[in-house]
Amino acid sequence: MIAFIIHRLVQSVAVMLVVALIAFALFNFVGDPINNMVGQDTTAIQRDQLRADLGLNDSVVVQFARFVGHAARGQFGLSYEQARPVSQLILEKMPATLELSLIAAAMALLAGLPMGVYTGLHREGFIARTMMAVSLIGVSLPTFLIGILLILIFAVVLGWLPSYGRGPVVQLGWWSTGLLSVDGWRAVILPAITLALFQMTLIMRLVRAEMLEVLRTDYIKFARARGLPNRVVNFGHALKNTMVPVITITGLQLGSIIAFSIITESVFQWPGMGLMFIQAVSFADIPVMSAYLVLIALFFVVINLVVDLLYYVVDPRLRINRDAAHGN
Amino acid sequence: MAIKEGATDAGLTAGASAGLLRGAWRSVFGSDLWYSFTRSKITVISGAITLVLVVSALLAPMISPQNPLDLSSLNLLDALDPPVWMEGGSFDYPLGTDGQGRDMLSAILFGARLSLIVGFASVVFALIMGVSLGLIAGYRGGIVDGIIMRFADVQLSFPAILIALLVDGIARSVLPHDLQDQIATYVLIIAIGVSGWVQFARTVRGSTMVEKSKEYVQAARVIGVHPIRIMLGHVLPNVTGPVMVIATIYLAVAIITEATLSFLGVGVPATQPSLGTLIRIGGNFLFSGEWWITLFPAVMLAVLVLAVNLLGDWLRDALNPKLR
Repeated sequence: MIAFIIHRLVQSVAVMLVVALIAFALFNFVGDPINNMVGQDTTAIQRDQLRADLGLNDSVVVQFARFVGHAARGQFGLSYEQARPVSQLILEKMPATLELSLIAAAMALLAGLPMGVYTGLHREGFIARTMMAVSLIGVSLPTFLIGILLILIFAVVLGWLPSYGRGPVVQLGWWSTGLLSVDGWRAVILPAITLALFQMTLIMRLVRAEMLEVLRTDYIKFARARGLPNRVVNFGHALKNTMVPVITITGLQLGSIIAFSIITESVFQWPGMGLMFIQAVSFADIPVMSAYLVLIALFFVVINLVVDLLYYVVDPRLRINRDAAHGN
Repeated sequence: MAIKEGATDAGLTAGASAGLLRGAWRSVFGSDLWYSFTRSKITVISGAITLVLVVSALLAPMISPQNPLDLSSLNLLDALDPPVWMEGGSFDYPLGTDGQGRDMLSAILFGARLSLIVGFASVVFALIMGVSLGLIAGYRGGIVDGIIMRFADVQLSFPAILIALLVDGIARSVLPHDLQDQIATYVLIIAIGVSGWVQFARTVRGSTMVEKSKEYVQAARVIGVHPIRIMLGHVLPNVTGPVMVIATIYLAVAIITEATLSFLGVGVPATQPSLGTLIRIGGNFLFSGEWWITLFPAVMLAVLVLAVNLLGDWLRDALNPKLR
């Protein structure tokens, strides 16, 4: 067990270092950041001064060491575009992304789970078939297309919901929330649906497949033979046993939701980290780009690590297999 | 099987071509695969739709009413015309025009053409990269296998779109600025291809490890066949089934990724609009009521992806021996 944890931790650190190297390489390969920051009438002396201030004259090794050291403390320097600390920018944008992602994840789970159970239990029914057909569309359509179609229907044609922005925002300490007003909730509906749809169909199909699998097992047959009511068999026995993979996948998908929010945020002009990243890409704002990359990688690595450890704890079969494979 | 039949037919000299044709005909339309294809209505429909879309996209320069890439053929007076069935529409522009007076039908045909070309090329790139790395990893084993598969694991823990964005972003910043528009499409193909090689590599590696221990490979090794020849000539033909399935499913993913990157403005250059670019441009007109500029490319993209996806699903089931 301890060996496994150490092994996974080392792996995670290695992944983070690779990502840091990529993020750092961005710094060094990208043309001339100074040109992106200053106006045309800046003199050569002023440019050199700025270059020295930003530490762009030092050797590559020194710069990388400094980069990792600063990154570990959450410092990514100044944004080339806005000349403000990147950490400050990210702290400003993070609440928007996290609120959107968490609402989308909750939506996906709350809708996907019952739909999956339903389609698993009534697999031949008309409603279940319709749900499966719709879910195929959810899987096939690109996120941005779903967003645009939702805007077209609910914002342009029907005029019910706003199509961009977060609505009014209330500041709670460093956390800015849009969820304290009706307009804020109205603003979050369309982006959250857009972001949730793919995950929802994924969860639904997963639960359906797991339910079909479990319903075929002997203990379900025995439960039915004992004369237990359908409700108890379906939910108490069957659904409970599908939960391990569902929780795992949902946990892993949380990372994807945060990453996919790049697209949703661009469609809805949602002022979060994803929009910041895309804007940074078009401005070649390297500090922001690399900070975002490192942060997203950190999210992923931590989530993967936690899920892996949980899996190891929850599923005893896996423990035996892994130990056997490692020869312990 | 199909190859063998064709080979024996080719051996006959008299009336060879007729026999060859008949043999090819029989090997395609008499095969199990064709039978299972015709069994499912949805598959036949999606196959037909894919065929029509691919052919019309390939023939776009010939069949489209206007060349949307030729700026001199555009007429600004015709800008923002609605589709033909609405008031103010004309038969010159059956699906309306965009803000520059571009015929939407032509733009969509050319856009689909570019989307398909980039999609296919990315699949080929991912396939070659993934299959060769998978073959090497599975055949060599040991530390080579370890390095390749660790890379695959790390990449697999991030969404493909993020990898593609990253590769595209890095390539753009490394390459000189004045070249960017010319090579943007190639950069895009490589970015999407790199983001998709892992699936191929994992499957091929698994099959290779199984095939490697079989007697025919052992025999080939004993008589001193070169490892590369064993990999390409003996192992590869036996792992093509799953590779074809992944390639089909990945084609849909590649088309979506291309459209998404172009939609985000980091895909193909704006001078050569793909479906994603058209949707992005159309998004600006959404609020002024010109919905057709977005909706028609969007529908085209959705239908294309859905049809390819359904074909992939069918192929996966048809080639899966467990489901027979």
